Amino acid sequence: MADDNIRKIMHVMRRAPHGTIYTYEGLEMILIMAAYEQDISVVFIGDGVYALKKGQDTTGIGIKGFAKTFMALDGYDVEKLYVDRVSLEERGLTEGDLLVDVEVMDASEIGRLMTEQDAVIHH
Amino acid sequence: MNIGILLKEGPYNHQASDTAYKFAEAAIAMGHKVDAVFLYNDGVTNVTRLMDPPQDDRHIARRWGELSKNHGVEVLACIAASKRRGISDEVLVEGSGITGLGTLTDIVIRNDRLVIFGD
Amino acid sequence: MLHTINKSPFETSTMETCSRFLQPGDAVLFIEDGVYAAQEGNRFSADIRSIMEKSNVYALRPDLEARGIDRITEGIGVVDYQGFVSLVEEHQVNSWF
Repeated sequence: MADDNIRKIMHVMRRAPHGTIYTYEGLEMILIMAAYEQDISVVFIGDGVYALKKGQDTTGIGIKGFAKTFMALDGYDVEKLYVDRVSLEERGLTEGDLLVDVEVMDASEIGRLMTEQDAVIHH
Repeated sequence: MNIGILLKEGPYNHQASDTAYKFAEAAIAMGHKVDAVFLYNDGVTNVTRLMDPPQDDRHIARRWGELSKNHGVEVLACIAASKRRGISDEVLVEGSGITGLGTLTDIVIRNDRLVIFGD
Repeated sequence: MLHTINKSPFETSTMETCSRFLQPGDAVLFIEDGVYAAQEGNRFSADIRSIMEKSNVYALRPDLEARGIDRITEGIGVVDYQGFVSLVEEHQVNSWF
């Protein structure tokens, strides 16, 4: 694919994972855009950080879990995973609580990355 | 300016669909090109012709269909999101279609802006 | 970058969250229930004034009118849908829900 067909697309995960479908369908969108070889980054802000929480078991609620899909993103060349430091800290979480390796960043730095994107999509 | 719109909520329950429509209408009036409205999440239910609002209310599906016919705006529902919600070719309002998320990627590639409406 | 906010600040933390990510030169546009933030004398006036120190802040007129908001915090610009389009022409968009 020619370079002029590659866009910088940032996906912003903002919601907790199972109460609504936004995170799950957001993930489906990320996988397709990654398959189209776009320059994808995924940012976790607010309750979005809960999507990465270790130990999720959705058997009891009867909804298909998708935590493992986040672990597979690497295989789709989606390697830019950023977590907002304040969102993590105010939920009493640390990087050790998360399923995947992420870069914990300050809001000002994430905000700067946002301004560099061709599209920013909140889920 | 070439504009793509991503609409993430269904009709009536949220204002998102109305704001997206008003935005598209204003952009067209100003001479911009609104290339496509891509429907995602519950947004896919914007284009079922089975909706039947009271006579004195706006008919949201028909309104999207007319925008498509009159101004060449592609109104496209995501196939995966549609299948989950019972939206198929049989219920689509005239002027709308169903497509894959690859099309949304193309919409991002070929437009200057992706403007998103949701809740 | 133009940040749109469509949630009342009384109901969600969307405005508060968005404001942490603002960069110099970014603009903020309140739409839908977001316009409740703009009402003069509410408990978010100080927050809005602090946002206005680095960003231009706007509210969508039809949404203000629909909600009967006729007095807004000084310094907030009022735009109609065409003004919204012009802001999108000027900036990339970041829609916060």
